Amino acid sequence: MAGKMKKYFQNKRNRRGFREFLYILPFLILVAVFSYYPLYGWVYAFFDYKPPFPLSMDSFVGLKWFKSMVDNPVKLMQILKVLRNTFAMSGLSLLFSWFPMIFAIFLNEIKCVPFKKFVQTVTTLPNFISWVLVYSIAYCLLNSTGVVNSLLMSLGIIDSPELFLQSGDHVWFKMWVWLTWKNAGWSAIMYIAAITGMDGELIEAAKVDGATRMQVIRHITIPSILPTYFVLVMLSLANFLSNGMEQYFVFENAFNKESIQVLDLYVYNLAMGNGGYSLSTAISILKSVVSVLLLCCTNGISKLVRGEGFI
Amino acid sequence: MKRQKDVYTKKVKYKVSLTDRMISVLTYIVYTIFAFVCVYPFYYIFINTISSNDLSQRGKVLFWPKEIHFHNYKQVMQIPDLFRALEISVARTIVGTLFTVVIAAFLGFMFTRETLWKRKLWYRFVAATMYFNAGIIPWFITMRNLHLTNNFWGYILPMAVQPFYIILCKTFVESVPKELQDAAEIDGAGTLKVFFAIIVPVIKPILATVAIFAAVAQWNAFQDTLLLVTDSRLYTLQFTLYQYINQASSLKALVNNSSSGVNLAASLAHASTATSIRMTVTIVVVTPIILVYPIFQRFFTKGIMIGAVKG
Repeated sequence: MAGKMKKYFQNKRNRRGFREFLYILPFLILVAVFSYYPLYGWVYAFFDYKPPFPLSMDSFVGLKWFKSMVDNPVKLMQILKVLRNTFAMSGLSLLFSWFPMIFAIFLNEIKCVPFKKFVQTVTTLPNFISWVLVYSIAYCLLNSTGVVNSLLMSLGIIDSPELFLQSGDHVWFKMWVWLTWKNAGWSAIMYIAAITGMDGELIEAAKVDGATRMQVIRHITIPSILPTYFVLVMLSLANFLSNGMEQYFVFENAFNKESIQVLDLYVYNLAMGNGGYSLSTAISILKSVVSVLLLCCTNGISKLVRGEGFI
Repeated sequence: MKRQKDVYTKKVKYKVSLTDRMISVLTYIVYTIFAFVCVYPFYYIFINTISSNDLSQRGKVLFWPKEIHFHNYKQVMQIPDLFRALEISVARTIVGTLFTVVIAAFLGFMFTRETLWKRKLWYRFVAATMYFNAGIIPWFITMRNLHLTNNFWGYILPMAVQPFYIILCKTFVESVPKELQDAAEIDGAGTLKVFFAIIVPVIKPILATVAIFAAVAQWNAFQDTLLLVTDSRLYTLQFTLYQYINQASSLKALVNNSSSGVNLAASLAHASTATSIRMTVTIVVVTPIILVYPIFQRFFTKGIMIGAVKG
């Protein structure tokens, strides 16, 4: 063994390779600590974990928390409600996922370059502000003295200020609107890049043959950016359960709690609200497993359809 | 951009039908609305912060500022918490970006080194972390065990190694001619020397892109403060803003008490209300993003296209 190692290190190239490994070792440790080590925390799902006390074998409960999700009817109802919200929000995004593509196509048709650049610049801006800021903007626009209420009242559509944020109506739709406001311009960039990379000769040929602009869009532009669309749809399918919690956390209040709680937010509320550490961990384990399966499935579909995956 | 122009405005013209004209006009109208929807909220909040708070409170400031004053900004400067939060936000943005960029560049380069011991394994070890997540509770417990709760480094270290940026850098380094490195190595340069003298100067464009994304992510980060920090001295600007929006009228009391001397001098119409303070803080938090946005806008298209190649 020692001899083998000695021989290995006598080779200059190997010695260099090992030294290079030592250079990256600190960063590999960072990855191990912050990404892999937390996986160990999944054991909490099999214990009855009460935060200040360390884990002991006494509190080992096996699959109790997993079973309780199905056995306890109140909990089951709640989880089903949360799943419904998650599916609704992700479903809405998926349903309207063509919007950035259309946005990009028609933006590209604009001949006035300064106007085009201006539109592209300002519609991308909201992507770079945080959800907290989006919420505070929503608050400023929609509070009882905000611009929306002022306008609606002066037009005589409503008599008294309507509190849009403090209501449980149309929550899914409102969340979709804010998500679109924040992301649409940014998502369009991907398609704009794809359109820029299109085959110019094909379009030229179509024009010579007398194609109108709409015909060019329908028969050339759309087919050539569909692969990009397909990849993005597959990616959003893979992330179907992961809406993230930030948006829903900042918009959440007592009035809309029932219809805004998505899976990620529910896991957080469960843990922070009443200390359901173990149950919360159990749910996030299930979520992770389903997400990885979804990712494998969509990657498989992508391989079948396009001949290559996206992982 | 240049390519796009070639495609659509060359000698061969479309047959322009009436429908085409109408579509063209409609496109301009629709995109003007989109642009308006993205710009107006920021403008609306801004004009309300510099207008008479009395008029603003009654919803009279919609399109241009009325009775301009800067009292709100003076008031906001008086809030001691806000200044500390600004310091924390600026510090984490600078330090965090530095860590992320240096690590992305270095690992991106090292993962192209064929001499590196077990290169493929380590690359996969890092890249795989993009696809799974242990969940909030295990992550929180990890951070607590590492004493990174209520610790400034809790903002920096977990976000330091970002696989996506590493892949961006790696793709870029791979496009640099290998001969450059080989020549330097024949002259006796070591790995680190090659990195700093040859690679870093060449990959500056992608480093700029990564720096911008990382800085925006750090500036906007909210969830880590929410989960890890209870010490108000470590609150970030985003988190403070969130608190201000959720606190009811106590905010107004806070402001008007902390600066009663100034307040006496101010006329009644300018006395800050809770809403005016919220709006002003919103502007303070969003301004850095809007200021740097035009500078970095040209970088991100490049970044997203390199990312798209990788899929």
